[in-house]
Amino acid sequence: MSMELEKNKNNVQLPQSVSTVSPRDTISDDLFVPEPVDSSLQEQISGPMKSVWQDAWQRLLKNKGAVLSMIMIVLITFLALVGPQMSGRTYDEQNLLFTNLPPKVAGLEWLGLDGRDNNGVDQYEKRGITENFWFGTDEFGRDLWTRVWKGTQISLLIASLAAILDLIIGVAYGGISAFYGGKLDNVMQRIIEVLVGIPNLIVIILFILILEPGIFSIVLAMIVTGWVSMARVVRGQILQIKAQEFVIASKALGASNSRLIVKHLLPNAIGPILVTIMFTIPSAIFFEAFLSFIGLGLQPPLASLGMLIQDGYVAMRYFSYKLVFPGIIISVLMISFNLLADGLRDALDPRMKK
Amino acid sequence: MGAYLLRRLGYMLVTLIVIATATFFLMKMLPGTPFNNDRLNEQQLANLNAKYGLDQPVAIQYLKYMSNLVQGDLGDSYKYVGRSVTEVISERIGPSALIGFQALVLGTLIGLVLGVTSALRHNSVLDYTSVTLAVLGMSIPSFVFAALLQYYVGLKWGLLPPALWKGYEYTILPTLALSVTVIATVARFIRTEMLDVISQDYVLTARAKGLNNGKVIIRHVLRNALIPVVTMLGPLAINIMTGTLVIEKIFSVPGLGEQFSLSVIVNDYSVIMGITLFYSFLFIFMVFLVDILYGLLDPRINLRGGKQKG
Amino acid sequence: MNETILSVENLRISFHLQDRVIQAVRGVSFSLKKGETLAIVGESGSGKSVTAKSLMRLLPPQTTQITDGSIHYLNKDILKYSPREIEALRGKEISMVFQDPMTSLNPTMKIGKQIMEGLVQHQTLTKAEARQKAIEMLKLVGIPNAEERIEAYPHQFSGGMRQRVVIAIALACRPNVLIADEPTTALDVTIQAQILDLMKSVQEQTQMGLILITHDLGVVANMAQRVAVMYTGEIVEIGPTEEIFSNPQHPYTKGLLKSMPRLDANRQEPLVPIPGSPPDVSRLGAGCAFAPRCPYVMKVCHHHSPPETRLDDQHLTSCWLHDQRSQKAKEIFQAQGSL
Repeated sequence: MSMELEKNKNNVQLPQSVSTVSPRDTISDDLFVPEPVDSSLQEQISGPMKSVWQDAWQRLLKNKGAVLSMIMIVLITFLALVGPQMSGRTYDEQNLLFTNLPPKVAGLEWLGLDGRDNNGVDQYEKRGITENFWFGTDEFGRDLWTRVWKGTQISLLIASLAAILDLIIGVAYGGISAFYGGKLDNVMQRIIEVLVGIPNLIVIILFILILEPGIFSIVLAMIVTGWVSMARVVRGQILQIKAQEFVIASKALGASNSRLIVKHLLPNAIGPILVTIMFTIPSAIFFEAFLSFIGLGLQPPLASLGMLIQDGYVAMRYFSYKLVFPGIIISVLMISFNLLADGLRDALDPRMKK
Repeated sequence: MGAYLLRRLGYMLVTLIVIATATFFLMKMLPGTPFNNDRLNEQQLANLNAKYGLDQPVAIQYLKYMSNLVQGDLGDSYKYVGRSVTEVISERIGPSALIGFQALVLGTLIGLVLGVTSALRHNSVLDYTSVTLAVLGMSIPSFVFAALLQYYVGLKWGLLPPALWKGYEYTILPTLALSVTVIATVARFIRTEMLDVISQDYVLTARAKGLNNGKVIIRHVLRNALIPVVTMLGPLAINIMTGTLVIEKIFSVPGLGEQFSLSVIVNDYSVIMGITLFYSFLFIFMVFLVDILYGLLDPRINLRGGKQKG
Repeated sequence: MNETILSVENLRISFHLQDRVIQAVRGVSFSLKKGETLAIVGESGSGKSVTAKSLMRLLPPQTTQITDGSIHYLNKDILKYSPREIEALRGKEISMVFQDPMTSLNPTMKIGKQIMEGLVQHQTLTKAEARQKAIEMLKLVGIPNAEERIEAYPHQFSGGMRQRVVIAIALACRPNVLIADEPTTALDVTIQAQILDLMKSVQEQTQMGLILITHDLGVVANMAQRVAVMYTGEIVEIGPTEEIFSNPQHPYTKGLLKSMPRLDANRQEPLVPIPGSPPDVSRLGAGCAFAPRCPYVMKVCHHHSPPETRLDDQHLTSCWLHDQRSQKAKEIFQAQGSL
């Protein structure tokens, strides 16, 4: 008997989609023999296991907005790095022969990039200039293509620096607060509650006023209160994970604190941290541009998206191209980061998806 | 008054003191004195310092500053001789308050309509359109949008006055520019809240009672989804305050924001600090008000013990 | 007393997810008589809650579709009802109590108003009358100080009290059928018994039919005259409670009973869990869904789904072991000592 069972075990087949319900008489009698399922095959029936990250990544890829956003961010970052080298001019090179030239791109004249100013006069022809300025030039004859991408580069640099520093401070503060808990956590949380009450715009303005305006003072001003939201996210996540059984189990098994943090707490908190960073970057880009626009930003000849927008705004009436290019780039960047952050949040937490 | 309110009040006071103190010491750290003008000789400088109390020990200055603050005295403007910061603010607050209030009301109303219809027509073309609009509204910086409005509506098409402050029609463009982020934020928030409430069990209970869809939405979904919108008032207020700083500059609105930009250019630190402090106080007070309002609207929040489960 | 009030025939329900369609309910049939309690048991994901919600047409139309079958309430097919007719049915003819009392009450509405809502909807009452009735309902479900408590909000009640309120809402219009979807799962054991007793006593008074969805066989034994056992969207066995407990015919039912501790059983006899876990309903093959976990599985089970076999007037099951051709295989199982 057991021989027969053994034999049958070897030619076990997975249920195949033959026909849904067969009429009784067509089923042959020899199908009525015991045929237990191999337990290893049983697992396969419930489908292959995907890791949380693979799963999230696949969900993210299904989100068209997020994918498009990633492409735009990569493209803009690429141009921000390579763009300033493309025209052969530096961002601060002035040439009074080339002032206020409208944009002109060979082959794209139909897009309006034909070198004509607001009155329809081809400035290149009029002044006998043979080379093309893709984004035009400013009132000092500086190449706007170079300046715009240089500005994008600086804005992205400021945003990434702010995000990284927020991350470091926030993870350290939130992590310590949640991990050690008790009195320390209590005190640290009271401090946070006071800081949360302070509008960060106010702090940023105050800091910019006393520091010399520059990339690092802007970054510094932004992280003074910026880290708070990261610290809260990290603390919340870690408290939640800490209470879960697998952490309690590994603690009971004698895992050291550092091992617990590195192996269990951080990997599980990474999703929300990533989402927070993705929201920090566009808000940092916005604050930089905002500060530049109200006159608290970088100093010329340095360029940033905010300064270029401010310059463009001043000249908007007669040279609208000066506002258009940085305006489009900052908007696309902000939209892309926001959409990517949204997509990431949905992908990491499918329950939140609406 | 309950312990919860007292606690909130305590935090509010501590935050205010922290901001005021920080502002004071930051002012002390400002590069050079406010009067680093080469044309002033030493005697004149000493006189000025004495006049503004800058010759006394820092501790005395601090106490004086704080006690003035409590009395609503923000000090004197360094540039407009003989005028106090409080005066400058009270002269300038009107236009800012007007466009700010209009933007808040308009933005909340449009945002509510967009968000509610979007949630009720979940996954429809209308929903996608309003979600897209919301993302655009939240992402495009308000000054870029304001500049576009001014260029097209004001200058190119000449539909509305592009700048200045000479009548009601002059408030329209700044209000629109300010309300964009409000619309986007409210629409997005209310949509998420509605969708969340719609999937709650108690909505199923309401349907199981035999209520028609309209009654379910109005009595059970809307009320529960709208209450949390109150919590948005704080962030929205700060959003609008941030917005006025640039929007007033763009549309030449004689408000606090424009004054701020002017003061930045001429380094009138006392006015800058004054406006900053004023905005912080306003904001913190708003947050406190929202807390109380939320407690009144949501029966689960008991103003004595905070939020309860369920 | 023997009239059938609700009968479900070959009900099929599918769920439309973003990337796939799930057959959540696959050809379910059962009926309910006046004053009778029918228990539907099964693991989570077996389709019992979906079936229950479909009886009141409460499934979200955007994502679910009733693809086949009929639900007759007093000889009328409610699947053909207009939205208005459905609204008139809900809460008045058929009512439902949900699983989690912590979430099934509107947190910002006074409980009195929540009870009155249904009353006002289905009956022409003045406000004062509705209020009086709501107080009566609260008294009926055993809430002390009903006159005062009617002004309270849900968060001011304990879980057990909230479930009483939910039952009061469901019973307000004296429905003919009450569907209770795991009404005690979220409650403490002592409270569970009170809630079940309450439903039993109300049923005795009103002669309503009760459909009790549960995974707790103890509750079934206590409450139900008949049991339907569901597995992956199908009823694998249905019959009178006593018979199902003493003489289960489907391997899944047997497994369920063996895995449940019993007071009357021999203490030496160990509890036996059912190996494996329920399959993903979107990946079902052609054969019997239970085959991968079944200790008596035959070759046929993998390829053909078993037909329904009528064992007697009331007892039905779907299993190939009840086919005459399985005689030989049965002998083998018997020799192994497993059957």
